[in-house]
Amino acid sequence: MFAACADPKAIDGLTWGLCYLTSAKHVDFYWSFLTVLLLLAITAPAALGMGFMGATAARSHIAPVSWLGKVYIWMVRGVPDIIFFLFFVIALDQAIEYLKNLAVCDGGVWPWQGLEFRVCPEAKVPLAKSSAFWHQAYGFMLAVVTFAIVFGAFVANVIFGAMQAVPRAQLETAEAYGMSRAQVFRRILVPQMWVYALPGLGNLWMILIKATPLLFLLGVKDIVYYARELGGSKTQAYEYPHGDWRLWYFLGLLVFYLVFTRVSEIGIGKLTARLSHGQATSGGEALRKAAA
Amino acid sequence: MTCWETIQAYGLRSIGIGENLLPKSDFTICQQFTLIGSGMIWNLYFGVLALVFGFFLANAVALARAGRNPWVRKPADWFVFVFRGSPLFIQFFLAYEALVLLPKEFTLFGVEISTSWTTRAWAGALLVLFLNTAAYSAEIFHGALKSIPKGDLEAAEAYGLTGWKKFIRIEWPTMLRLGWPAYTNEAIFLFHATTLVYFSGFPAFAQKGDALYYANYFADKTFNPFIPYPIVAFYFILLTLLVTFVYGRVNRHLNRHLPSNTRSKIRLRPNLIR
Repeated sequence: MFAACADPKAIDGLTWGLCYLTSAKHVDFYWSFLTVLLLLAITAPAALGMGFMGATAARSHIAPVSWLGKVYIWMVRGVPDIIFFLFFVIALDQAIEYLKNLAVCDGGVWPWQGLEFRVCPEAKVPLAKSSAFWHQAYGFMLAVVTFAIVFGAFVANVIFGAMQAVPRAQLETAEAYGMSRAQVFRRILVPQMWVYALPGLGNLWMILIKATPLLFLLGVKDIVYYARELGGSKTQAYEYPHGDWRLWYFLGLLVFYLVFTRVSEIGIGKLTARLSHGQATSGGEALRKAAA
Repeated sequence: MTCWETIQAYGLRSIGIGENLLPKSDFTICQQFTLIGSGMIWNLYFGVLALVFGFFLANAVALARAGRNPWVRKPADWFVFVFRGSPLFIQFFLAYEALVLLPKEFTLFGVEISTSWTTRAWAGALLVLFLNTAAYSAEIFHGALKSIPKGDLEAAEAYGLTGWKKFIRIEWPTMLRLGWPAYTNEAIFLFHATTLVYFSGFPAFAQKGDALYYANYFADKTFNPFIPYPIVAFYFILLTLLVTFVYGRVNRHLNRHLPSNTRSKIRLRPNLIR
């Protein structure tokens, strides 16, 4: 990166450290932190949307829709979610390739043949000749969808509970004013449920942060991948030879996560205080008394 | 090979007893059920031991956090913060790398101690899970300790109970009773967390792994995730039911003196990654 770093073997001390930390591989490592943040930025709203739909479906008066919503919520109970992560990534990939197989390959042969999953070369997603970037992007997209499905079920559970927690009298009053079911839902239920959902959603946000290292298992080059790659001992054949430094890299990741969860905790606390203003809950009552 | 023969060959494969080679082709449902079930031995081993040891440490840490002395309280706070604030996945990696760096052998008071066994999953991963569950349970017990009704403590004092006696007769049983539903969920999550062991830093030797390790093996070999993963899911649902049952019995015991309408019930929460 810097001119002084042209010959790493000739330098030492602080310059060596600076050159080492700005090598091309390390810049990739720093970018991978953005991958994690990007995953969170996409997954959180997506999971919230999935969860909202799941909870609404579970509350539906049409039996099949309500079953669908309830099965979705129950799906993740009792089963370690890492199983879902491992399962969905392969299952989604195969489903996409199977559908494309039906569309583009002539004949559309059943692809599960013995010990292989085989579709014609044109049906591969992404195509074999695509650049490495597309392979990475496709892997990342599968990870995002998987996270959204699994965390959507958690969110659905929280929102379903929050909708139940809105006082029944509020809804009955709205009905007495002549609002339709959709109006009650939109004007009364949804605005009031957030304060009940917030503690659960805050918890889920922390858990989502702590689930991001699983990206590594899904084959995305994330911070865990780079920490292992960069920290491993390097012989003299490398530009910057060093011993086994993985411990220090993982210590760095640990600090990153601790700071991230701590900051989130403080942020959620502030948000709870704001949403509790003027609510008929003990939190809102405490705020009112403190102000008076 | 009939199914019974498969069970004899692979039923204890995960602890190194029986057939050495894993099946390579012509996978049957029976083989998948047997091997994945044999892997559950490790999930049970990690879960049960971590919970049993973790329970004692959790009680100690919860009391330390409730203490007044900052020299006792601060380290306990930090212990809980570090283990609850970071992903278990990173903790496994970190612990493995740290244990690998330990000197292979050293002499302490003339006794030669070898440390290579600590990098094996049965010891290293158990240590991480033990500390992790202790931190999460300590937080639960600490919360329960703080929510003991003031009247109960005042009543105890009125009867002349103080210090250790008050703690062992009133505070501790009440803390357990109040914290137990949350602690049940913690136990369930811990069993779920045991599936991460062989996917983190700790390698599996001679293909002796846990349930998910074998499920992953089958999914990789057959390119068909639709059979092995539901099998693990099935085993874990059974395990979750078992844990709920056992902890429910304990909960009933803890609540036995209360009128039936004020007893605390265990509600199953969705499983969560740590």
